Amino acid sequence: MALLLCCLAAYAAVTPSPEIAESMAVATGSSLPWWAWPIILLVFCFILGIIAVMAGVGGGVLFVPLVSGFFPFHIDFVRGAGLLVALAGALAAGPGLLKRNLASLRLALPVALIASSCAIVGAYLGLALPPDVVQICLGCTIMGIAILLLLSKNVDKPTVMRQDALGMALGIQGAYLEPSSGEVVEWKTHRTLPGLLLFILIGIMAGMFGLGAGWANVPVLNLLMGAPLKVAVGTSKFLLSITDTSAAWVYMNQGCVLPLIAVPSIVGLMGGSFVGVRLLAKAKPKFIRTMVIAVLLFAGAKALSKGLGF
Amino acid sequence: MNKQVFASKEQTAYADILFYGCWVGLALMLITYFLYVSGMITPHIPLEDMPKYWSQPVGVYLKEGQVPTGWGWISLLSRGDFLNFLGVVLLAGLSIICYLRIIPSFLRNKDIVMFFVAALEVLVLLLAASGIVGSGAH
Repeated sequence: MALLLCCLAAYAAVTPSPEIAESMAVATGSSLPWWAWPIILLVFCFILGIIAVMAGVGGGVLFVPLVSGFFPFHIDFVRGAGLLVALAGALAAGPGLLKRNLASLRLALPVALIASSCAIVGAYLGLALPPDVVQICLGCTIMGIAILLLLSKNVDKPTVMRQDALGMALGIQGAYLEPSSGEVVEWKTHRTLPGLLLFILIGIMAGMFGLGAGWANVPVLNLLMGAPLKVAVGTSKFLLSITDTSAAWVYMNQGCVLPLIAVPSIVGLMGGSFVGVRLLAKAKPKFIRTMVIAVLLFAGAKALSKGLGF
Repeated sequence: MNKQVFASKEQTAYADILFYGCWVGLALMLITYFLYVSGMITPHIPLEDMPKYWSQPVGVYLKEGQVPTGWGWISLLSRGDFLNFLGVVLLAGLSIICYLRIIPSFLRNKDIVMFFVAALEVLVLLLAASGIVGSGAH
C-alpha cells in the first residue's frame, strides 16, 4: 500500500496540471526542485527494500520498472542505478552467505564467468537500442517474471541421483548445516551444461535491463541443476555481485551512473532490506508475494505502454 | 562433522575482502554524496541543472554537460559529482580484488579448472572496467 502511494505521489509530481506544466521547463518533466527527487527516491527505495525482502525478490527487479515508470529519470540512468542497487545488495549479503556455506564459490564461479561475459554484451545491446524498444522489451520481461514467480514451485532439496560429468569435473558439490534440524545437507548438481547455457540468456537480460537476475538464477540453480533451495538462493545473491559488476562497469563507462540518483537508491534499498529482515517474522509473506506479482504486472504494463508511446 | 559443511579457505578469504571492501565502499559513497549535495565541493554540473539532464538520454548529458566517458572522470575528481565515483569504483572493483586473492590458492591446490575459470573472470571484469569495448550509448 505504501509503495502504491509512493508510486502515485511520484506519478503526480511527474505529471503536473496543464497550467503548471506549461510554466515549467519542459525538459525537466517535473515541477519539483532538484533536491526533492533524491528524497522521494530514498523513501521509495526504503519501502521497496522492505517489500523486496518480504517477497523474496531482489530489489533490482522492482526498482528498474517502477522507477523508470514513475520517476522523471531516463531509463539509461535508471538501469545504471538499478545495477548498482543490485550490486551493493549482493556485496553486502555475500560475506555472510559465503561463510555459512549457503553460497558456493565452486557453483558460482563457472556460472559467473558465463553470466558476467554475457552481461557485458547485454549492457551494450541495451545502450545501443532505442529507449522505446528497451522499454517494450523490459515490459515484456517484467510481465514474464511476474508469471514465472506465480508459476514456479521451487523444491527445498531436489533429488540428484547421479552427478553429471561436467559438474563432477568442476567439483560443484558441497554441504551445509540446516540449523532448524541440525541436519547436514549434502548436495551436488546435475544437468550442469544446460544450466550453464541458460546463464547466457540470464546474463544478457541482466545487462540489458539493469536488473539483478535472482528471479532467473534461483529456478535454474534449483529446479534445473538440482541445488538445494537455500544454496540456490544464497549462490544467486552472491552471483549478482559478479554478474552485475561487469554490466555496471559498462554503464559507468558510458556515463549512465548519476550519483544523485544512484546513492539514495542504494541507501534506501539497503536500509529497507535491513528493516524488512526484521519484519519478516511478523509479515504474511504469501500476501506480500501476491502483491509484488501484481505490482510487477502493473510495472511491466506501464513500461510496455511507455515503450509503445501510449 | 562433515568437512564440507565449513566454507573452504578460498571462500572465507573471498568473504573477508568482500565484507571490509563493501562497507568501506558504502561509507565512502555516503561521505562523498554528502559533500556533493551539501555543496561543500562544487560539482561539475550544477545541482539545479541535473533535472534537465536526468530526464534525457545519456548522450545529451554527455554532450551538453561535457561529461567524459570511460575513465575520464578521474580528471574531474576534484568536483563534487565525480568524487562520488570513488565509492562506486571501489564497489565495482571489489570482485576483481577478491578473485586476485583466491587465484593463487587454486594454483597451490592444483585446482587447474577453477584457476582458469577465475583467471578468465578477472580478464572479463578488467575488459568491462577498461571501457575498451564498444560505445553504444545513444
